[in-house]
Amino acid sequence: MADPALLALADGTVFEGVSIGRAGIRTGEVVFNTALTGYQEILTDPSYYGQLVVLTTPHVGNVGTNAADCESAAPATAGLIMRNASPVASSWRSEITLARFLEIRGIVAIAEVDTRKLTRHLRDRGAQNGCILAGPDALQDHERAIREARGVPAMAGCDLSENVSVAEQAPWVEGSSFPGEARALDKRSRGNGLHVVVYDFGVKRNILRLLVETGCRVTTVPASTRVEQLVDSLRPDGVLFSNGPGDPEAMTDAIAQAQAWLDRRVPFFGICLGHQLLALASGARTRKMKFGHHGANHPVLELATGRVWITSQNHGFAVDETDLPANLVPTHRSLFDGSLQGIERMDVPALGFQGHPEASPGPHDAAGLFDRFLRLMQAHTAQRSRNMDSGAFRAET
Amino acid sequence: MPRREDLESILVIGAGPIVIGQASEFDYSGTQALKALREEGYRVILVNSNPATIMTDPEMADEIYIEPIQWQSIAQIIERERPDALLPTMGGQTALNAALDLVREGVLEQAGVELIGASREAIDVAEDRERFKRAMTEIGLNTPHSALAHTFEEALAIQSGIGFPTVIRPSFTLGGSGGGIAYNRAEFIAIAERGLDLSPTGEILVETSLLGWKEFELEVVRDRADNCIIVCTIENVDPMGVHTGDSVTVAPALTLTDKEAQRLRDQAIAVLRKVGVDTGGSNVQFAIHPKSGEIMVIEMNPRVSRSSALASKATGFPIARVAAKLAVGYTLDELRNEITGGRTPASFEPTIDYVVTKIPRFNFEKFPEASDRLTTQMRAVGEVMAIGRSFAESFQKALRGLEAGFDGLNERIPAGPVGPDDRERLENEMRFPGPERLWYVADALRHGWSLAEVAALTAIDPWFLDQIQRLVEEEETLRREGIEALVPTRLRSLKRLGFSDSRLATLLRVDESAIRSLRLASGVKPVYKRVDSCAGEFPTETAYLYSTYEEECEARPSARRKVMILGGGPNRIGQGIEFDYCCVHAVQALRADGFETIMVNCNPETVSTDYDVADRLYFEPLTLEDVLAVIELERPEGVIVQYGGQTPLKLAVPLALAGAPLLGTPADSIDLSEDRERFQGLVAELGLTQPPNRTVRSAQEARVAAESLGFPLLARPSYVLGGRAMEVIFKPAELEEYMVRAERVPQAMPVLLDRYLDHATEVDVDIVADGERVLIGGIMEHVEQAGVHSGDSACSLPPNELVPDLQKTLEKQVTLLAERLGVRGLMNVQFAIQDDEVYLIEVNPRASRTVPFVSKATGRPLAKIAARVMAGVSLAQQGYRECATPRHYAVKMPVFPFIKFQGADPILGPEMKSTGEVMGYGESFAEAYAKAQLATGVMLPFSGVALISVRDADKPQAIILARGLVDRGFRLVATRHTAEALRSAGLDCAMVNKVREGRPHVVDLIINREIALIVNTTQGREAILESRSIRREAIHQKITYYTSVEAARAMLTAWGHTQDFKVHPIRDWLSGGKGN
Repeated sequence: MADPALLALADGTVFEGVSIGRAGIRTGEVVFNTALTGYQEILTDPSYYGQLVVLTTPHVGNVGTNAADCESAAPATAGLIMRNASPVASSWRSEITLARFLEIRGIVAIAEVDTRKLTRHLRDRGAQNGCILAGPDALQDHERAIREARGVPAMAGCDLSENVSVAEQAPWVEGSSFPGEARALDKRSRGNGLHVVVYDFGVKRNILRLLVETGCRVTTVPASTRVEQLVDSLRPDGVLFSNGPGDPEAMTDAIAQAQAWLDRRVPFFGICLGHQLLALASGARTRKMKFGHHGANHPVLELATGRVWITSQNHGFAVDETDLPANLVPTHRSLFDGSLQGIERMDVPALGFQGHPEASPGPHDAAGLFDRFLRLMQAHTAQRSRNMDSGAFRAET
Repeated sequence: MPRREDLESILVIGAGPIVIGQASEFDYSGTQALKALREEGYRVILVNSNPATIMTDPEMADEIYIEPIQWQSIAQIIERERPDALLPTMGGQTALNAALDLVREGVLEQAGVELIGASREAIDVAEDRERFKRAMTEIGLNTPHSALAHTFEEALAIQSGIGFPTVIRPSFTLGGSGGGIAYNRAEFIAIAERGLDLSPTGEILVETSLLGWKEFELEVVRDRADNCIIVCTIENVDPMGVHTGDSVTVAPALTLTDKEAQRLRDQAIAVLRKVGVDTGGSNVQFAIHPKSGEIMVIEMNPRVSRSSALASKATGFPIARVAAKLAVGYTLDELRNEITGGRTPASFEPTIDYVVTKIPRFNFEKFPEASDRLTTQMRAVGEVMAIGRSFAESFQKALRGLEAGFDGLNERIPAGPVGPDDRERLENEMRFPGPERLWYVADALRHGWSLAEVAALTAIDPWFLDQIQRLVEEEETLRREGIEALVPTRLRSLKRLGFSDSRLATLLRVDESAIRSLRLASGVKPVYKRVDSCAGEFPTETAYLYSTYEEECEARPSARRKVMILGGGPNRIGQGIEFDYCCVHAVQALRADGFETIMVNCNPETVSTDYDVADRLYFEPLTLEDVLAVIELERPEGVIVQYGGQTPLKLAVPLALAGAPLLGTPADSIDLSEDRERFQGLVAELGLTQPPNRTVRSAQEARVAAESLGFPLLARPSYVLGGRAMEVIFKPAELEEYMVRAERVPQAMPVLLDRYLDHATEVDVDIVADGERVLIGGIMEHVEQAGVHSGDSACSLPPNELVPDLQKTLEKQVTLLAERLGVRGLMNVQFAIQDDEVYLIEVNPRASRTVPFVSKATGRPLAKIAARVMAGVSLAQQGYRECATPRHYAVKMPVFPFIKFQGADPILGPEMKSTGEVMGYGESFAEAYAKAQLATGVMLPFSGVALISVRDADKPQAIILARGLVDRGFRLVATRHTAEALRSAGLDCAMVNKVREGRPHVVDLIINREIALIVNTTQGREAILESRSIRREAIHQKITYYTSVEAARAMLTAWGHTQDFKVHPIRDWLSGGKGN
C-alpha cells in the first residue's frame, strides 16, 4: 500500500490522497494545468519553480519518462497533484517510471485527489498557496499542513530567476531529437549561424533546441549577465529572454538589461516571462492573474492575419494592456479572456509572446515566431553589413 | 468571415436507413446541422428516406423529403426547390456518394447548386485510395506499402519487397472474401492463388500488414481561414486488424507522449490541408508501430462520421453543428463554445478530465452461419459509451452498459483448473479476436497467463492489460476475503474502480440488494461531475453529467417539476433508432409543457444523448443501480420506462418495487402482457382468440404440447425483443433440436410454443390511450405473411388489402385490451388474420418500433401525444379524438445486413435481422412500395431470366407471380416441382436442378450470371439449409431476390413506378394537397 498524503490549501481546504514517489513536504502556489499530455515536460519546466501543479488529465505516468523529454535539469515543479498515477509505464520511449523520476527529482506528489473539485476551487477563488504532505503519518497533520500553506510567501514580488538560471555562460548545440518536432518550422528560413544569446531565467530546453534547428548558434547566459559583459565578447545577432518563474515587476535588473539591449537595437525575442520583461522595459505594466493560464489548448488570435493558433500557456502574470506605451503594438490576444498575448516594438526590432512557441508540451501552431525572430535578425545583420559597407566606402573617400 | 449572404437555401442529404457502419449517429449529426443552419435563417431542405429519424420531423427543416437517396430523386428535388447549395457531409458515405453522382450527372452544375462543406476534389482525393496515397507521399507522410498484382509472379515480386505478414485483398470480391493475412511464403502462395482466382478482375492488392500496430483517430475541424483544431484523439484498445467501429476505444489517448501526440496533430492537420477539406470536420486514422513509433496514415473521411459523433459526446464539443456553421462561411473564432454558455470560442481544443470508453455491441447470434471473428470489415450494430474519472471506472461502466449479459469482467471460462481445450480456446480468442476478447483476456490473466504472454497474443498495449490485471486481482482478493472485508474504505475504493453492486454480489455470492444496503449504510454513494470541454477551467450551466466516486457533486438538481426518461442503451437489432426517436419525442413534448426533462442513456450515437435535447443528461449505464442513483438524487415526479425498448422496460418492476414513480401504464400491466400465462387468462377473459399455445420447460413437455397443438409451431423463449431465437418448426425432430439448444442457454427461460398460422396476414396497430379514450394511431398491414418478424416485414399504412370490417374488428379488440390493461400512453398490438379469423399475437403496452413510421405517415406525433397523456394531459385536452385515415399510402421497408456476414442465410423468419428501415409515400400502394424499394437500394432488373423455386404451399401464388413476370418480358426457369406447377398452369418454363440433384444446378446458373431475379421460398430446417446456397449466391452476385412470394408480388405491382415517380415534401403528403 502506498503511503497516505494530503494537500492543504491556505484557505483551509484539505484533500486526502496517496503518496507517489517520495515522502516529504512541499509548499508553493497551487496552479492547475489542463494539458492532456506532457506531464514530464511540465514537471521539468522551471517556470513552475516553487509551484504545486494540479494536472487535470485523468491519468498521469502512463508513458513513463525519458531523458529526451526533460525541459531542464534545473529545479522546477515542487509538487504534483493528480487523480490517477499509473503504476506502470508503457511506451517505446520510456526509460524510468514516473514514481522513480519523482524520487530522483525530489518532487513530492499526491494522487487519488478529486482534482476536478480542486481545479474548480482554484478557478473560483483564484490560485493560492498550498502544502503537500506525504508520508505514513500525513493524514494526522492537517493543521500543520494548513499552517505551512499559510506560511508560503506570496508569488507576487518574488524574483526567482537565480534559483533556476545557469551558473555560467555556455554554448547550446543540441537540436531536436524527436523526428517531426521541428516540422512546424519554416524550412525556408535558415539561421546560417546567426548567434543568439539566451538569457536563462529558467529556460525550457525546447526553446534552445528549436533555435538550433533553425540553424542558429546558441549561447545561454545567466540571468544576471550584464550587457556590457557580452556585447563585445559574444557579438550576438539576437537576444532571447526566456520563460521562467516569478513576478516580472520584481526583476528590476533583468528589466534594466532588456532596456540596454533594446537601446542597442539588437533583435530581441521575449518568451513568456521574457515577453513580460520586454513589456516592462518598454514602459508597460504587468499584473497578477486570478489563476493564470496553464494548458495546451489556449486559442490565441494573431491580429495581423486573423489566424487562430492553439498554444501552450503557462503564466500567472500578464502584461496589462490598459495603458500600453505608444511604442508597443499588440500582435496577439487570447480568445479565452482577451488578455494580451503578443507585442512588438515599433521603434526597435523586438517581439514578445506570452505563450510558448516552443510548445513542449503542446501544439506547434506558434512555432512560426522563431522564424519571425530569425527574419528580424537577418534584416538586422543585412542592415549592419550595409552600414559597414557604406562606412568602409566613406572611409576610402 | 461571417455568414454567407449569397446563399439563401441549402439542401442537406441524410444518411438513409440504418445499416452497419452507418447508424443513428448521422441522425444526431444531421439534426445538429439542420438546427445550426436554420438558426442562421437559411431555408433548409432535407432529403432522407429514413422515417425513424428526428431530422425528418416536420419542424426540423423548411421542406422535408422522405424520398429515396439517389441522384434521380434528388435531381427532382433540386428541380422543385432550386437550392443555392448542397451540404453532403452530414449523411455519411450515402450522402457523399449521392453528391458525387449529382456532380457526375451534371445536375448541380445545370441547376447552379454549389457543393458546400467538401469539394468534389476533396471527396475524390479522400476516397480514391491511389490518389490519397499519392497525396500523402507528396506531403511526406507514410501510408502502408501496397501494390496491385495481376499475375502470381507479380504478386510474389511485390511481396518480396514488403515482408511478412502480408495482407492479400482480392479486388471486387464481397466483404473481402478470398483475402487473408499470410505469415509465411506457403500461406502467401495459397492465399494469393485463391485471391487471383476469386477476383472477377483477376487482381489482388498485396499490402504490408500493420497487424498489431497501435491505432489512433483524430477528429479535426478546419475553417476557411485555415484555422485547425483537434477536437479529440481516440485511442483504439484493439490494435490494427480490427475495424475501429468494432474496436474498444478510449479518449483521451492514454499511451502517447506529448511529442508523439503533437506529431499526430501536425500530420492530421497536414492531411486536411492536402486533401482540401476547408470547411468542416474530418476524421484521420493513424497506425503507430508500438516499438519504433513509426507512423502510417491509414485513411481519412472528409465528413462527419461515427467517430465524430463519439468525439462530440466524449468532449461536449458539437462537431456537426460547428461544421455546418463553417460550411456557410463562419470561421472558428466567430463561433462560441455552447457548452460553456458561450464563455469561450469554438476555436480551442477541448480538454477532458475523465476517461471515455466505447465498447461495440454485436449481434452475431442472429447470424449463426457467419464467422464471429473481428476483421477489418465492421460488423458491430451499436455501441455503448461510459464516462469515468479513471480508465477502470469508465471501462467497467461500459461493460455493464453494454447489456450483453455482463456486469463487469464476467468469467467466460469457469473458475478452476483449465484443461488443454480451455487453453486453446483462450489462445484463439486472444489471437483471433471475437466480440468478447477483453473478457477472455481477463480470464487468461485469472488463470495465470503472464501479461507478456497476453500482450504477445493480442498486441493490446500493456498499459490496458495492466489495468485489466489489476481489476482481476481486486476480484480474486475480494473473493478470497469475503464480505467481511467490505469495510467502507474498501467498498469505496472498489466503487472507484467501477465495480457494480451486482458484480460485487456475484463475487461474494450474495444478493445484489445485500451489497446495495451495505453500501448505502456505509455512505458510499456516487457524485456527479459535468462534461464541460475544458476540464473545469470555465464554469458551465450545461447539465451533462456522469457518475463517479469522489468528493464533490456538481449535479445541483433543481426544484422544478421534472420527468425522467430512460433511453434504450446501445443499438442492436430489434432495438434501434426508433426507440431513441420516441425518447426524444417524450423529452420535446414534456419540455414544451414546462417540465424539466432528465435523460438517462449510454448510447453515444443518438440524438437523445445530445446535451441540449433534454434539460439534463445523465450519461449512465441503464442498470438498476445506476438508474436508482440518479432517481435518488433528482427525485423526479415521474419516470418513463416505456419508450426506450426492452432495456428500461426490464427495469419497470424493480424500479416500481424501489418506489420509483413510474408514469403511464402500470408496471403490473406490462408484466401481465409479457407473462404468457397471465396473458392467456386475459385473452380468455376478454373473449379474444390467440393461436393455440403452450408454455413448456423441457423437451418432454414440448413433445406433449406439440401433439395437442399440431405442427407447424412457432417457438420462442419468453421475454425477448426482436424475435431472438424464434423459429418456425415443422417436424418433431426440429422441435427436439430446438429444445436442446434452448436448454443449453444459461438462465434458461421457459419456451413458448404457438400454433404457426400459415398464410396469415399480419397486422400491427399502434394506439394511444388515456384511460378514457383510445386514439388509433395507425393500422399497418404487413406484406410478408405472419411468421416473418414484424420488424423484417414491409408494411402499408393504410392497409392495402384488409377489408374495412376487419379493421373495425381490430380497433374494437385493441380498445378492449387498452381498457383492460389500463394503458396510459402507447400500446402496440399485433394480429394475424387467417381466413378472416382474427388472432391476437402480441400486446406491447409500450413504444413500438413502428411509432416513428406511423407518426410520419399520418402527421400525428404519437410518442409526443402519449408522453403528454402520461404526464396527465388527456387526449381530449390535446384535441385528439378520431383517427383520420390518410388519403395517401405509406410503406415501410426493412434493410438487412447480410452482405456483411459472410455465410449468413438471408432467409426471413421469426427472428429479426434487419438493422433499419426506409419509407416511401405514394398516391397508391404500388407507388409507395416502389419508392420504398428504391430507397433500400435494391436494383430492379427489367428483363432477363427469373428463377423461381418455391415451397408447395406457395405454388398457387407463384403461378400468379410468374404470369406477371412473363407479361413484363421475363423468361422463367424453375426447380423441378415449381417448374411442373408452372407448366401445368400453361407457363413456358425451363427446369434446373436443385443443388443435390447434380450439376449443372441452380447455383451454377446464378454464378454464371444467367439469372436476373430470384424468388425462393422454403420451409423446414432441412430445406432451408439445402437452399441456403441459392440465397447466399444471390447476395454475392448482387442479384435481386425475394424470399417471400407476397413481397415479390407486391414488387410486381409496383414495378412501373420505380422508373416513374414524383417526389413531394412530406408537408404536401400530410396536408393531402400535392399540387405541383
